[in-house]
Amino acid sequence: MGRIGDKFESLRAKNEKALIVYLTAGDPSLAVTKELIFELEKAGVDILEIGVPFSDPTADGPVIQAASQRALKTGTTLASVLKMVADIRLSSQIPIVLFGYFNPIFAYGVEKFARTASEAGVDGVLVVDLPPEEARELRVYSDAAGLDFISLVAPTSGKDRMKTILKTATGFLYYVSITGVTGTAAPKVEDVAREVGKIRKLTKMPIAVGFGISNAKQAKAIGAVADGIVIGSAVVKLIDENRNNSELVKVISNYTREIKEALR
Amino acid sequence: MKTLPDKNGHFDIFGGRYAAETLMPALLELEDAYDKVRKDKSFIREFDWYRREYAGRPTPLYYARRLTSVLGGAKIYLKREDLNHTGSHKINNTLGQALLARRMGKKKVIAETGAGQHGVATATVAALFGMECKIFMGEEDIRRQAPNVFRMKILGAEVVPVKSGTATLKDAMNEAMRYWVGSVRDTFYIIGTTAGPHPYPMMVRNFQSVIGLEIKKQIKKMEGGNPDVLIACVGGGSNAMGAFYAFRNEKKVTMFGVEAAGRGMNTTEHSASINGGKVGVLHGNKTYLLQDDHGQVRDAYSIAAGLDYPGVGPEHAYFAATKRATYVTVTDDEAVEAFSFLSRQEGIIPALESAHAIAYAMKIAPAMKKNKTMVICLSGRGDKDAQTIIETM
Repeated sequence: MGRIGDKFESLRAKNEKALIVYLTAGDPSLAVTKELIFELEKAGVDILEIGVPFSDPTADGPVIQAASQRALKTGTTLASVLKMVADIRLSSQIPIVLFGYFNPIFAYGVEKFARTASEAGVDGVLVVDLPPEEARELRVYSDAAGLDFISLVAPTSGKDRMKTILKTATGFLYYVSITGVTGTAAPKVEDVAREVGKIRKLTKMPIAVGFGISNAKQAKAIGAVADGIVIGSAVVKLIDENRNNSELVKVISNYTREIKEALR
Repeated sequence: MKTLPDKNGHFDIFGGRYAAETLMPALLELEDAYDKVRKDKSFIREFDWYRREYAGRPTPLYYARRLTSVLGGAKIYLKREDLNHTGSHKINNTLGQALLARRMGKKKVIAETGAGQHGVATATVAALFGMECKIFMGEEDIRRQAPNVFRMKILGAEVVPVKSGTATLKDAMNEAMRYWVGSVRDTFYIIGTTAGPHPYPMMVRNFQSVIGLEIKKQIKKMEGGNPDVLIACVGGGSNAMGAFYAFRNEKKVTMFGVEAAGRGMNTTEHSASINGGKVGVLHGNKTYLLQDDHGQVRDAYSIAAGLDYPGVGPEHAYFAATKRATYVTVTDDEAVEAFSFLSRQEGIIPALESAHAIAYAMKIAPAMKKNKTMVICLSGRGDKDAQTIIETM
């Protein structure tokens, strides 16, 4: 088992839920992203999702779209993100998932990507536009390199679809809590509980829930029915609002600490 | 040629279904629903009826006598898709998809549009079938295609302005896909070109293939056989695939797809994804894409809003890779010249998109023998481009 599996196992033993935080790499700069990662780990964040910016993020709402644009303007590339992860690995063991779209990986070269990511210390990949039907071309290499392939289950996925996804998913399952793009609505706890319950009957894999959770109260409620929660747009928005604030890192770390408290 | 796509929507390495999980069930449902109707006699009858009685098909294959004589070479025919109801070939596809949406019980439709031709054709069928309609359109395109924006509004559609990126077709498609992710349970997305995730490229091709089937029948009657050369403009490629598909196994028919070279292939301001791009994944399919070395999609440019797209339908990518069709380029200036030339020679004002096909014909027709025949797909009429042409003068 890798860092992701170990993390869920140790949390389960403590009866805690995982806090997974998404950051768009390179927003406002890769140096700040790196600094944030170290601080977030100290604040109790369990797993990091590092967003690789893409020009056309069709599954993302306005907040992450804008962050991706800013990150691209500062010259962030998949190669520079991989290098940053390698730097972080020198002094941190926090599980890291790369989150993004397929084209930057395809342009980099799938084989080279799998090798470089694994060597850099990436633990898993979540490629939004790579459903099981298309995943083979990457997984031939990424599975062999030991990278988890984190899969999405949506509110629109029926039971048969869930089964198809579960057949090949590894690491943890990411349940998309709203029928919509990232950060555009608040999830309904009872709906999430029902759907997560359905998935539970089909798998023992840890289930994390995301796409619209923005505060400790929601985190607590959703955390009660899942193994972890993901905060993305809310953090990215807070980073943008504080980008000229010298206390940026502290603001973000306090915010995540509060959410982690709700999950203990 | 083998029958493509395969069951997962691949045309060899191209095509596929690179879509977010939220959309996958809807795409699978659409594929099932389309599979049922494509062989269903009552659907075929209904579709035929609307094409004939409402859209005005078959469209004429017009012998362009003056164009032929001035250019002095091949005998030139124009496939008059501009004479369809709404003024372009787009209605062939929107009628098919709206009829399918109706059978699936969907009462809301959305679409992206560049030149506004597909938007107008979608707004038209939405009015016809009493459906709620939202059209996503880039702000830059709203500005340069104002007449079509008015037409959509008159037809009762809501036009949603898109500000992101270059505010053109690619961005409109991004936004339509995002909206669809949030509304997929009750909304049908009418994609306007042979792109997007499977089954769209195949379905749009099949709905448009009537163009080539008619050409085949008409030219046989007039000339006794197939044309020697077939020319169509390519943005996403729906009119070109519609014209080409019936001839895919006719090896003696030379096919040219004309991409927009914009301000020149030596600049970055063009939309020629086959001639100037690399293989990549965008909007649900793998195809040739204008992109940088890091896989970020570049902004496309063309004077013709309907060609202003950084990708191309995956089956065109396949035709290009297997050399079944040849893809060439024409600049803004050449297209504008062809626009005026056809208007003055034949009294037909072509859409700026279609003018790209005319411009390429003007390059090669003079060198062809007089006993050779050429068919140009005149995909749309040019009234909508008056403002753009005035700005170039």
